Amino acid sequence: MATLTEAPPPLTPTAPEKKPPRKRGRLVPYWLLLPGILWLLVFFALPMIYQASTSVQTGSLEEGYKVTWHFATYWDALSEYYPQFLRSVLYAGSATILCLILGYPLAYLIAFRAGRWKNLIMILVIAPFFTSFLIRTLAWKTILADGGPVVGALNTLHVLDVTSWLGMTSGDRVLATPLAVVCGLTYNFLPFMVLPLYTSLERIDGRLHEAAGDLYAKPITTFRKVTFPLSMPGVVSGTLLTFIPAAGDYVNADLLGSTDTRMVGNVIQTQFLRILDYPTAAALSFILMAAILVMVTVYIRRSGTEDLV
Amino acid sequence: MEQYEPDRLSPAQVAAMRRSLRNGRAAMTRRSLLRASTGGALAVGGLGTLSACGIPAAGKTEGGMSAEDHSAKEKEVSFSNWTEYMDVDDSGKHHPTLEQFTRRTGIKVKYTEDINDNNEFFGKIKPQLAAGQDTGRDIIVLTDWLAGRLIRLGWVQKLDASNLPHAFANLSQQFRDPDWDPGRAYSYPWQGISTVIAYNKKALDGVEVKTVSDLLDNPKLKGRVGFLTEMRDTIGMTLLDMGKDPAKFTDDDYDAAIARLQKAVDKKQIRRFTGNDYTSDLTSGDFAACLAWAGDVVQLKADSPDIDFLIPDSGYMTSSDNMLIPNKARHKTNAERLIDYYFEPKPAAELAAYINYVCPVDGVKEELAKIDEDAANNPLILPDKAMQAQSRAFRSLSSKEETAYEEKFAKLTGA
Repeated sequence: MATLTEAPPPLTPTAPEKKPPRKRGRLVPYWLLLPGILWLLVFFALPMIYQASTSVQTGSLEEGYKVTWHFATYWDALSEYYPQFLRSVLYAGSATILCLILGYPLAYLIAFRAGRWKNLIMILVIAPFFTSFLIRTLAWKTILADGGPVVGALNTLHVLDVTSWLGMTSGDRVLATPLAVVCGLTYNFLPFMVLPLYTSLERIDGRLHEAAGDLYAKPITTFRKVTFPLSMPGVVSGTLLTFIPAAGDYVNADLLGSTDTRMVGNVIQTQFLRILDYPTAAALSFILMAAILVMVTVYIRRSGTEDLV
Repeated sequence: MEQYEPDRLSPAQVAAMRRSLRNGRAAMTRRSLLRASTGGALAVGGLGTLSACGIPAAGKTEGGMSAEDHSAKEKEVSFSNWTEYMDVDDSGKHHPTLEQFTRRTGIKVKYTEDINDNNEFFGKIKPQLAAGQDTGRDIIVLTDWLAGRLIRLGWVQKLDASNLPHAFANLSQQFRDPDWDPGRAYSYPWQGISTVIAYNKKALDGVEVKTVSDLLDNPKLKGRVGFLTEMRDTIGMTLLDMGKDPAKFTDDDYDAAIARLQKAVDKKQIRRFTGNDYTSDLTSGDFAACLAWAGDVVQLKADSPDIDFLIPDSGYMTSSDNMLIPNKARHKTNAERLIDYYFEPKPAAELAAYINYVCPVDGVKEELAKIDEDAANNPLILPDKAMQAQSRAFRSLSSKEETAYEEKFAKLTGA
């Protein structure tokens, strides 16, 4: 045969024969993905479809609900409850910025300066998570109690006069004011900021700092030009992990706030459980989701980072 | 609410997914995979389901009321109640009255404290009841208005009077004929709840509180007053204070009460609206005074000498938590025997001595005095004639009224 006369390529001797096993191997990733995809379908896609359907239904508990493609619900919900939406964004945004201000130095400390205390500090950051979200929030009611030492100190230092003037507190108390809600949100979501920040800071090669020093960069310049840009993935994912759940949170506003601090999460809860207006509740959820999606997209584009870890 | 049906949707979606998966290397990237699967799901199942999954009319539940009663074969009954609403012995593990019932009848009680909030619990059992399915519960305990709603929707079973001799004979006059369940055809009260004004003497610091108006208007209490998120209690007490009867008020009266409360919210007189968590605000002194449930106040008073309560001259609101047997419950007769058992004076007294709410059973006083003399003389637990005369109930609302009122009340509390 003619083929015999040709020298067989020595480096790929059995390539054609390996075909069947490779074909099977090519399917393996999909089989491995299947549980995840099914999970997404059952617990994400289907509930979403169900919610989408609910949001365009009309009816009542007695008469049942029917899909009437009543999109006006969205507009009604938005025009009725936009103050709560704005408030959610404002509170979640403030909490996120506070988390960043508090969390960055902490993560920096753990990553570069903590030495043998590293693990201990990490445990301290995560430890509150071993108790329930509700208990942690309720603890703030004790911390910020009207007659308590914290409020007493703030009063003596006239801090509350300033925050009162800014509309963040009312009179000589902190509980049941916007400040208390933002404090609660900041506290509850701080670890979500610290952990990703720590991960990306920890990865930075210490020799880069030395190199910056060798090139006569002052510590502040080193931070500005080397450390901070390299930690951007952590900043972005930390802010996302803080902002997104904080914007939908209702526990803090419920326990630490008052009538003028209700967030969109509270409205959804009330609409769904108390007023039994399922379409409005579903529409509000979708508006919140869309708003967050838009904000997050813009934010990621602007921050110009590709990786999120 | 319609149950989601995996069988109807999954094959189509799985097919769409597989198709997209087989399309060579492009399918491997996360984005295209996501796009493909959600796109496929939406295209295949989405629009169809979107219009198909309406919620069926609640009142017209198919499948009827009662299920086959397995009481004789299965000596058990499952009882869902609110937390801390049952007597407990010192070890904290046993419920003496329930165990006595089991000893006497041989019926085992599966007791679960899984009710925390009327609205939440309604959300939880609604899918099953609306679909005409068994909730796995034989007795549930719900507050008047929700009990009334379930009766209206046809989701609970009519009780068999012949199984309830003690309940029929011993039910207090006060609870005999609520307008949402005339003659107690579907429900019997577990405990009565009085809404009163509670205060913290130390936090009040000499400020005198006698009426709801004091709470709403006294500038010395600014930001240190609490009202309840339970619409009927807050509005009811306000209506009473305005000289209206919560048992027969009009839309205008309701709006006037809302306006009165709104004024107090606007000038930051009311610190916040609370559920049961007012107890911590009151003991810490963050609330100087607030609307409160008497059963809690009895408890708080025992723990802290600063806490006390008062009943305004205009009267106070009474409601009750009621035992109901949901549709399709498997052990109806057993459930009725358990309901009847708690209307015998002895178990009723043991329960009352422990949980301190209003006991709805007549002839309990002697039994209760044997256990706890103070409790027997406490008008918050066994209301005397004078006390009963001041008690008012909130009238039942049509579903339309309920929605409209709850919406207005939600606006008042910040939405």
